[in-house]
Amino acid sequence: MQMFDIAIIASNVLLSIALLLGFWRLYLGPTLPDRVVALELIASLTIGFIAVYVISSGRTPFIDVAMVLALTAFLAAVGFARYLEKGGHRDDD
Amino acid sequence: MTEFFTGLFLVVGAAFMVVAALGLVRMPDLPMRLHATTKAGVLGAGLMMVGVAVYFGDGGVTTRAVAVIGFLLLTAPVAAHAIGRAGYFVGVPLWEHSKTDELKGRYDEKTHTLSSPPEMHEPEDRDDASR
Repeated sequence: MQMFDIAIIASNVLLSIALLLGFWRLYLGPTLPDRVVALELIASLTIGFIAVYVISSGRTPFIDVAMVLALTAFLAAVGFARYLEKGGHRDDD
Repeated sequence: MTEFFTGLFLVVGAAFMVVAALGLVRMPDLPMRLHATTKAGVLGAGLMMVGVAVYFGDGGVTTRAVAVIGFLLLTAPVAAHAIGRAGYFVGVPLWEHSKTDELKGRYDEKTHTLSSPPEMHEPEDRDDASR
């Protein structure tokens, strides 16, 4: 019982550290694709936070939020890629 | 026992997430960052979802957790491929110690078509009839 609470807290702390590192790359990132990569990792981290919250609180409907978030992050990444390809920063025409 | 395995999956998944974020910060290049975050990030999130499925042991929860893992495994490589492709088109510089750039000079930026060079190196164990 005690070990389980420690595991919950430890995974929260680890995810927070990873989130800070992801935001550091989001702030630092030299180009726009680097920032998109950081945003995608932050979406994965949010799925991890949802998993920890579902386990620690017992509210299982939040798994649906994780499912929708996975698909939405994919759509965001593909949208950014399309924006870059169709003439974001490149002087094409 | 259930709680032990749940905690194990959660901590190991979160550790993989930290590895992914560390690679995101420390890698010098866009494709290397993609390499770090896509694989380690999906593995971390999938392990945490496995932890959810182990903890509840319910049919509906397990199905939804498996659906989340399936969506992650389906969408993450496609998204990484799209971002890497767009980054290469835009002209994100590679690491200065990169050895080879296979697409360099073979790529038509207007029409987005790939052309093979005229002096393609043929493997040794293949005869000329298959060319």
